[in-house]
Amino acid sequence: MKLEQSSLTSREIITPIISVILALLVGAVFILIVGENPIEAYWVLFSNSLIGVSSIAATLQRATPLIFTGLAVAFAFRCGLFNIGAEGQLYVGAMAAVIVGVSLSGIPKVIHLPMAIIAGMLAGGLWASIPGLLKAKLGVHEVINTIMMNFIAYFLTDYLVTGPFHGGRWTPETARVFPTAELSRLFPPTRLNTGIFIAIAAIILVYFILWRTRFGYEIRAVGFNPTAAEYGGISVSRNMVMAMVFSGALASLAGVEQILGVHGRFIQRFSPDLGFMGIAVALLGKNHPVGVFFAAVLFGALRTGAAAMDRLTDVPRELVVIIQALIIMFVAAEELTRRLIQRRRRA
Amino acid sequence: MENILELKNITKRFPGVVANDNISLDIKAGEIHALVGENGSGKSTLMNILYGLYNADEGEIYLRGEKTRITEPKQAIDHGIGMVFQHFMLVEPLTVFENVILGSEPQKRGFIDFKGAEREVARLSKEYGLKVETKSRVEDISVGQQQRLEILKALYRKAEILILDEPTAVLTPQETDELFQVMRNLKEQGTTIIFISHKIREVMEISDRVSVLRRGKLVGTKNTSATSRPELAEMMVGREVLLEVEKEKAQPGEKIFSVSDLEVRDQRGTKRVKGVSLEIHSGEILGIAGVEGNGQQEMVEAITGLLRTEKGKIYLDGKELQNLGAMQVKKKRIGYIPEDRHKRGLILDFNVADNMILGFHTEPPFVQRFFIRNEKAIKENAEKLVEEYDVRPPNIQQQVSTFSGGNQQKIIAAREFSRKPRFLICSQPTRGLDIGSIEFIHSQIIDQRDKGAGILLVSAELDEILSLSDRIAVMYEGRIVGEMPIEEADEKKLGSLMLGGEAGEDKGGDEVEAGTK
Repeated sequence: MKLEQSSLTSREIITPIISVILALLVGAVFILIVGENPIEAYWVLFSNSLIGVSSIAATLQRATPLIFTGLAVAFAFRCGLFNIGAEGQLYVGAMAAVIVGVSLSGIPKVIHLPMAIIAGMLAGGLWASIPGLLKAKLGVHEVINTIMMNFIAYFLTDYLVTGPFHGGRWTPETARVFPTAELSRLFPPTRLNTGIFIAIAAIILVYFILWRTRFGYEIRAVGFNPTAAEYGGISVSRNMVMAMVFSGALASLAGVEQILGVHGRFIQRFSPDLGFMGIAVALLGKNHPVGVFFAAVLFGALRTGAAAMDRLTDVPRELVVIIQALIIMFVAAEELTRRLIQRRRRA
Repeated sequence: MENILELKNITKRFPGVVANDNISLDIKAGEIHALVGENGSGKSTLMNILYGLYNADEGEIYLRGEKTRITEPKQAIDHGIGMVFQHFMLVEPLTVFENVILGSEPQKRGFIDFKGAEREVARLSKEYGLKVETKSRVEDISVGQQQRLEILKALYRKAEILILDEPTAVLTPQETDELFQVMRNLKEQGTTIIFISHKIREVMEISDRVSVLRRGKLVGTKNTSATSRPELAEMMVGREVLLEVEKEKAQPGEKIFSVSDLEVRDQRGTKRVKGVSLEIHSGEILGIAGVEGNGQQEMVEAITGLLRTEKGKIYLDGKELQNLGAMQVKKKRIGYIPEDRHKRGLILDFNVADNMILGFHTEPPFVQRFFIRNEKAIKENAEKLVEEYDVRPPNIQQQVSTFSGGNQQKIIAAREFSRKPRFLICSQPTRGLDIGSIEFIHSQIIDQRDKGAGILLVSAELDEILSLSDRIAVMYEGRIVGEMPIEEADEKKLGSLMLGGEAGEDKGGDEVEAGTK
């Protein structure tokens, strides 16, 4: 029996878990090739990312932007749209937040910080509405558009950070935002900041919107079957545009968090592909907000533990990139895990 | 007559279901043997086993008295078995005779002997009375001709046993008559025919013997002359069935709905509705007969706000309705069972409860303040409708894609009828459903009529039109070409109008069909 529900089905939970296990097994082969003990290497990797307050804090800090971009991709996907543009959206959002952060002074934090965050969300949402409109009104495929919009976002922010808002001496970066626009650090020296609370709020909000509101019902209806949605009086084009706006706003929060909580300023091309990682996070999280959370934490943990593993063993940190890639491959090859589950049932 | 084919104890299992359960069947040489049963009763599976597309898990096949193993279609063809599928297997840009020889091309010094092939095809076509223009491209000929071409293909491969899988599903009444004539010719020439159908009337007309399958089991084989429609229906369904729709005479009330001079273009910009005017009163059913693709769907979609009305007016209770959009039309208490339930009527990935509010999801009680869904109201609505309309299984959390076609259609009917529609559009309401579900949906439509709704029924099934309608209009090439009260309508009259002829005038199928394309 198949249930369409706001909760994930057992298969939707098992597949990603099996994928992760398989990826770690294949990763073990690479560790063996390097001449290390896989169990030892993995112990170092995970004990340094999941045990102890500072390790967990570091993991959560790396997970925070991935939660945002993962939610962004998942939200658009629920409306049948593949948003590859989270990267561009987060740059534009970050830039808008920084502009508010550096331009206004002398206002209290309770006003300044929300203003900066909202400015970022508006910019990201607006940016994403362009491919949304092109798709809804002209039928231009959003994959092409969002990718192209990424390049525009890179070079637009390149210009702004080296031109009008250049604030560094030799480096391409803006001035530091006023303290009143910063997200506070929670466990120094880790860079975990109050952005994590925004991320958790976003998870709850996305869940609520998708499954408990009329808007979410329409979004999902359009995502599953646009012609039936149309029959039900739902405007396909309006929902597509709105889904992109929400998606863009969510993606931009990743940039906002990085700027206001981690770097304190906009640094040219600061994002280590956070937007693209969001696609992987959404895929592993089965486009579900809760799944996105766990996928983001896993990726955050891998990145955090990688540094320790690099330092303490002969395994290079790039191994975690391989593992991430393998996870995605196994998740995408759903048929493979399905067969594995079936074989085990039979045995 | 001797048995040309014997199937012995055939069993075929698919995960979770026994599609053929210990079926034994004899086919006599030179007979037309009908194989009937509801959807999913296993008739296609059985024939696919005979044709080598599936392999039986158990059981044996005896051909002309010899035990034969058929594991792939090529072996079936070599043994003189031919099959015409419901969905034709033709290469559209090739000509008719190229399609016939495809895969068994006659060769002459390493080249294809086109001349010889053409002569052979023409000879077969003449011998069996299969009128096909052999030099036309397949994409340019009518569906009826394509089917004859499929039969030619089988005969060219020297088929002695011909399996026809639901051949009349795609044909107009006239084309069906022609097919039956072809079948009789083939029988005279000694071909054995297995005719798969779920239309009892046709089976009674054409077959010598009939075998009934139900849920994978053979219920029995009868001589057609010694059985009756009610008996066959009961064998198929497993209980007594009402073949005729039971209804009182309509009591039409005031005029509630009308369209005048309606013109509609389809999404490609082709004008499909060319000036249609109709009137419907409360408490009556107006049936629209017509070969599919003559503008019925576009007319319905314009009325329901899914397509733009280019010209003309649509009125409900005297108020204009054209180009209001689907949502506004719904709010005017217009119910709509769409032609394609998977594409239009349901969101298959949603559960029952969420499908039961599609189109009403913006209205109280399903949505409360701040656009938040009222889960309790949604659940109660679904539970009530599932019980009222006997949706099975009665699990409102279950995804709709896992329901049978009949139960999916019940979900749509429940949703559309529950809001006490003033005007109701039913487009192909029983397409692909089994007899039991058809009976249910028909009685629900009559029930709505008796409660005072005006109903527009669009169907390609003449039987359905004739048994439900109080008045009938025939649509041909975007126009209404005839309208009559039910008392004056008969199949022949309607059939001829459907092909663009005058009522009563009998026109041959072929030339006219080309016009409908």
